[in-house]
Amino acid sequence: MRKLALNDEILLKIEKPARYIGNEVNSVMKDPEKVDIRFAMCFPDVYEIGMSHLGIQILYDMFNRREDVWCERVYSPWIDLDKIMREEQIPLFALESQDAVKEFDFLGITIQFEMCYTNILQVLELSQIPLHSTERTEDHPIVIGGGPCTYNPEPLAEFFDLFYIGEGETVYDELLDLYKTCKAQGMSRRKFLEFAAGIEGIYVPQFYEPEYNEDGTMKAFHRINEHAPEKIKKQIVMDVTNATYPMRPVVPFIKATQDRVVLEIQRGCIRGCRFCQAGMLYRPTRERNVETLKEYALAMLENTGHEEISLSSLSSSDYSQLEELVNFLIEEFPGKGINISLPSLRIDAFSLDVMGKVQDIRKSSLTFAPEAGSQRMRNVINKGLTEDDIISGAGQAFEGGWTKVKLYFMLGLPTETEEDMKEIARLSDRVARRYYEIPKEERHGKCQITASSSFFVPKPFTPFQWAPMCTAEEYVERAYIVKHEFQEQLNRKSLKYNWHEADLTVLEGVFARGDRKCAKVLEEAYRLGCLYDSWTETFDNSRWIQAFENTGISPDFYNLRKRTMDELFPWDFIDMGVSRKFLEREWSRAMNGEVTPNCRSNCSGCGAAQFGGGVCYEGKN
Amino acid sequence: MKARIKFQKYGALRFIGHLDVMRYFQKVMRRAEIPIAFTGGYSPHMIMSFASPLGIGLTSEGEYFDIELTEPIASKEAVRRMNAVGVEGIHVTSFRQISEEKKATGMAIVAAADYLVGTRKGVFPQNLEELVEQFIKQAEITVLKQTKRSEKLVDIRSMIYQMEVRESYTSLQDSGANQIFMELAAGSVENLKPDLVMSAFCKFAGLPEDSITCTYHRLEMYADTGTENTRKLVPLESLGNDII
Repeated sequence: MRKLALNDEILLKIEKPARYIGNEVNSVMKDPEKVDIRFAMCFPDVYEIGMSHLGIQILYDMFNRREDVWCERVYSPWIDLDKIMREEQIPLFALESQDAVKEFDFLGITIQFEMCYTNILQVLELSQIPLHSTERTEDHPIVIGGGPCTYNPEPLAEFFDLFYIGEGETVYDELLDLYKTCKAQGMSRRKFLEFAAGIEGIYVPQFYEPEYNEDGTMKAFHRINEHAPEKIKKQIVMDVTNATYPMRPVVPFIKATQDRVVLEIQRGCIRGCRFCQAGMLYRPTRERNVETLKEYALAMLENTGHEEISLSSLSSSDYSQLEELVNFLIEEFPGKGINISLPSLRIDAFSLDVMGKVQDIRKSSLTFAPEAGSQRMRNVINKGLTEDDIISGAGQAFEGGWTKVKLYFMLGLPTETEEDMKEIARLSDRVARRYYEIPKEERHGKCQITASSSFFVPKPFTPFQWAPMCTAEEYVERAYIVKHEFQEQLNRKSLKYNWHEADLTVLEGVFARGDRKCAKVLEEAYRLGCLYDSWTETFDNSRWIQAFENTGISPDFYNLRKRTMDELFPWDFIDMGVSRKFLEREWSRAMNGEVTPNCRSNCSGCGAAQFGGGVCYEGKN
Repeated sequence: MKARIKFQKYGALRFIGHLDVMRYFQKVMRRAEIPIAFTGGYSPHMIMSFASPLGIGLTSEGEYFDIELTEPIASKEAVRRMNAVGVEGIHVTSFRQISEEKKATGMAIVAAADYLVGTRKGVFPQNLEELVEQFIKQAEITVLKQTKRSEKLVDIRSMIYQMEVRESYTSLQDSGANQIFMELAAGSVENLKPDLVMSAFCKFAGLPEDSITCTYHRLEMYADTGTENTRKLVPLESLGNDII
């Protein structure tokens, strides 16, 4: 029988012990004696969140296809177990073998959002691996990071040995082969890192050193090792159809956030919203072949036994074969209780028709993401959505029987005026008015419009990377302006308004565009007890304020400062395909309220065409 | 057509709760392509009903659930397919056709369950046999039973059908050799959990709390086919027949 790393006393004491036992359907078991490389793949959040992440499932599958590698999974222990592990000095373990992570060759950590950074330190510390890469010896695993936040890895630079910049499917094999050779030849950790620096897309932070101006901005970014390249080129898979995809994803025993088959239909987005980092990072848009997707859907449902399949992409309506794929899925599984979920759809006649077929209209709500209330603001952010689109989409939905609508907005966008803020409430009201235009006898009682706003965080490699943010107080003030405007509306009884936490936004802002100096704050906050910062029950802003004070670092420097157009950014050493010139151009078009067409209607020369495929070459052969 | 499935739960899987076991088997049904029937309506779900849920941490070799089939499938084949797509720690041991009668399924007919109790921490006292004998000889065994809303004193003696020391050993449970066997009332009318019996027993025997920690293993679940006055317990499994 499999041995567990935690004893029964502990497992019976903690919440959801199933988070820590492994053994799930489709999890991969191997003989540790028969592999050359043991890889621990970590999502630094609780199991149910981490298990819902597609990227890890892809890499897990890809690594385990190699006979010489055993890839296992690791998640952040929840605070109850965290405390016990510290008290009893139990080292963090991987789920499959239940062996200590510190015995592995690699610890890979996916970095999906800024507010998981303290959990990264938790994973390292519980694994009994020194936090700083320079303190690690030949006995410690190589710590490698990947994922969207690594497009500005600098706040985390001193905690990682390597970063993989870009999509995981391209050079991991090369890296693993290199490691195997180095290990067989008994080479040192440093030698391996030097060779690794030679692989395209691999960034070894300790081989670089930033130099700062007196005002704290970056002056230069120096290479201090001859093996380190000047620029790190983002990795991207051009043939997404034939890229590896997990046909047998692991099926958790406990309900994960994403308890369904996830079918990634395309990568990238043609829309070019100026606030959206994913929209820039994953350019150009690449579609998977629809016949391949049909095969995948059938195989994955069969191999997992899931009762739901979700089509995943940044903007599903832009997938050219959507209708064919959705109709296939609807026809293939009648009466078998298979649900189809279609997030990120634009609301139009087709999508309403499809949704009417796959879900219970009375219970479900429709989601629109206008992102801004006024047309002026929507032009600034390049959200190609007019008020007419929204009202007529909602109208069709209401006539189709829906009564619940969710609207997503952002507050604190560049150039935002009080008028723009108030328009959020007014637009919501106009949606409600559209509902009450339907004759009383034909509608089903009241409608329920729920508007939510988050505060905008400027991200690296977007046209808004130059934008200043607001203070937490100012964000809350803005939310109150919107709230008051909601109370002025005719249909206020049908409207609801929520807004997100402002303190978290400020922290996210610091780490999104932070430099290496931020590492001190992070470490101090962690020492003061910060953990699971994205969870309301564990987030403690006062500790963060204390950490900034103790380290003498000001969040205002990162958030409130106006950046000049020629400022050298900490992330500028990464060549992400989309050129800085394009981002500059988009920033100035934003300031003028000019809309840029989407990639399918007109190429704007962003630079992603250099990858030689995707939407840039559609219909051009 | 109705079928009854019997399975074992052991090893790491003892930390999976009842609701998750249900979810697990729903997915097994799809993977193994068992011809299970669905309810109608907008969100059809599988027709599946579980007997008495097993608490987290317990192992068992006598778990049951009943399902509705749309077409027959041979017992052997069904068991083979379900185990082929299953995980270590849940093992299907039988798949039998049962009566079509509505009241013959699932929870409704469970009347008793057998348990083996061992120790994980500490050991039972030397004179265990004697203590158990005296314990069970009591006319009344009162315990404080806690429910969601209140707590009340209950006499559990009549719900203990058998209790004795056994040297039996089961491979599905890692525990010392000396174990207590007990047959307890189970089901929707009367239900007694083995840990409640053990806490009463420890109190009776004067064993300080926390001096031993017990392991619990469910051996079997029974239906009562007797009359109002005489109990006649038969394993749930025996009420079905193999489909050939």
